[in-house]
Amino acid sequence: MNHGKTRIILLFLALPLTLYAVLVVSPYAQAFQISLTSWSGFTADKPFVGFDNFQRLLQDPEFWRALAHNGLLLVVVPLVTIALGLFFAAMLNVGGSGGKVAGVRGSAFYSRVYFLPHILPVVITAVLWQFIYNPQIGLLNGGLEAIGLGGLAHSWLGDPTVALWALIGVLVWAGVGFYVVLFSAAMQSIPKDIFEAAELDGAGRFQTLTRITLPLLRETVQVAWIYLGIHALDAFALFMVLAPSGGPDNSTMVLSQYLYLSAFQKGNFGYATAIGVLLSLLSLLMTALTFGTSRKKTTIEF
Amino acid sequence: MTTSPQRTRPTAPLAERSSSEAGPTTTSPHRTRPGAPLATGVTHALLAVWALLSTVPLLWALISAFKDNSELFGNPWQLPSTWHADNFARAWSKASIGDFFVNTLIVVFGALALTMILGSMVAYVLARFTFPGSRLIYYTFVAGMAFPVVLALVPLFFIVKNLGLLGSYEGMILVYTAYALPFTVFFLTSFFRTLPTAVAEAALIDGASQEAIFFRIMLPMAKPGLLSVGIFNFLGMWNQYLLPVALNTDRDKYVLSQGLASLSSQQGYEADWSALFAGLVIAAVPVIALYLMLQRRIQAGLTVGMLK
Repeated sequence: MNHGKTRIILLFLALPLTLYAVLVVSPYAQAFQISLTSWSGFTADKPFVGFDNFQRLLQDPEFWRALAHNGLLLVVVPLVTIALGLFFAAMLNVGGSGGKVAGVRGSAFYSRVYFLPHILPVVITAVLWQFIYNPQIGLLNGGLEAIGLGGLAHSWLGDPTVALWALIGVLVWAGVGFYVVLFSAAMQSIPKDIFEAAELDGAGRFQTLTRITLPLLRETVQVAWIYLGIHALDAFALFMVLAPSGGPDNSTMVLSQYLYLSAFQKGNFGYATAIGVLLSLLSLLMTALTFGTSRKKTTIEF
Repeated sequence: MTTSPQRTRPTAPLAERSSSEAGPTTTSPHRTRPGAPLATGVTHALLAVWALLSTVPLLWALISAFKDNSELFGNPWQLPSTWHADNFARAWSKASIGDFFVNTLIVVFGALALTMILGSMVAYVLARFTFPGSRLIYYTFVAGMAFPVVLALVPLFFIVKNLGLLGSYEGMILVYTAYALPFTVFFLTSFFRTLPTAVAEAALIDGASQEAIFFRIMLPMAKPGLLSVGIFNFLGMWNQYLLPVALNTDRDKYVLSQGLASLSSQQGYEADWSALFAGLVIAAVPVIALYLMLQRRIQAGLTVGMLK
């Protein structure tokens, strides 16, 4: 049965493992090492400084600011995206007014359209929204003026008080469709007889939603929250395109961007990788939470 | 025969349900609770609002791509007086979108082919054979998904530079492949485990080599899994921005996302806005077309990784 086993193992693993070791494993390993140096990037020696970079980070107001922005993203983006995603998914799948198990008319069309923004490459989304937020030619200001709300017009990305919220808006806009589809899949996997039993017991539409559908979706929602959290930690492309230097007065600076600018613009490679190490710890924490929650099964058996 | 009550009955519940779903015009009041028509109306209004929010920005970009520069500064809701298809020609050649497009095709398809072949080879070996270190290899790949790529960026820049591959197609293809391997291996390993092995074992008894079994029997059987991962990787690679922005230093080799971002950041008052809108549309078209063709599979493929 195992004839030729050793040969195929060596043959099939040699190239991919080499590639992976050189381009993925080794940079990650080096990053941890570089974070302990004061390397400026283009010199041969990398002076070892221990945990100096991390100590400097703790006293760096810019770092705390970026971290706070990431913290805000970590809470607001999942909260809004999941709320909207659940709301639309519920309407599309169990919102039909007749038989409860059905969605409203046109569900397939809606879920297709909602997914569209999610499918766009992030940079395209970012450039598109750069146009929408543009004070001169932008759709948003033009739209507000058209409906008589011209007073609300803003320089959306230029005003430090609204810039971060403008970016959050884009993240939510692009994300909702994915979660509508994800929650729809989860809702459809709930056996129909549970809904039928509830209807026989006299449960209304709203009761069915809050007492049956949402509790059964708890696990999916938890995973979605953590997934969105990781995503928000790493919203690099969107932030780099919409606010290349960290926004007006650094009002939209996030950790991944601070890392990139510290390394490739200021030449503080050691310091930059220290930011990366902290960012990774946060990501790992989120991932550990994902595995923790997805292992736990819901208490309701079906 | 076809008009007998027995034949028509199975469709009756369906007809009843869809008529009550129509909301205010419902004809089966006994199935509808009081207030439901209003609720259904509100439901549809809310769904329609989000549908507009999802599509209007895209339609606006599409229409703006046909305006001339002076019209762009007018009312954003106005249709162009003449539809300027020449914006697209200018975007394609003068703004280099055409070159970026070709570069993207080369890098994405090169990396996609390499990822699929290398990824399925690793996954197959890990799924089918136990050998010393197999679990370590599997977990090393899985761990690759947990770290943010931005952490690897600085050392990766110097590795690629020392290999002499900075700003080259080969460099980009290898790097894209390496970073797509973790998810590909993770997904395909569990997929290969689900495939029946009886056919492969019969072929082995008939004297086929292990490699022949993989290429002739197992790969064709794994087609659905390969397609799902393939779509996932294609979208991810077309989407890639962080890796090229750090490693693809030669402007002639820029990929679309990178080129588009750099064009948009150079925009000033005298800039060719119309061409930039046209470039945006050109860059979005392949992805949207693919989505419209494979909508169901893409939605399933992208969500499956999360529900597992």
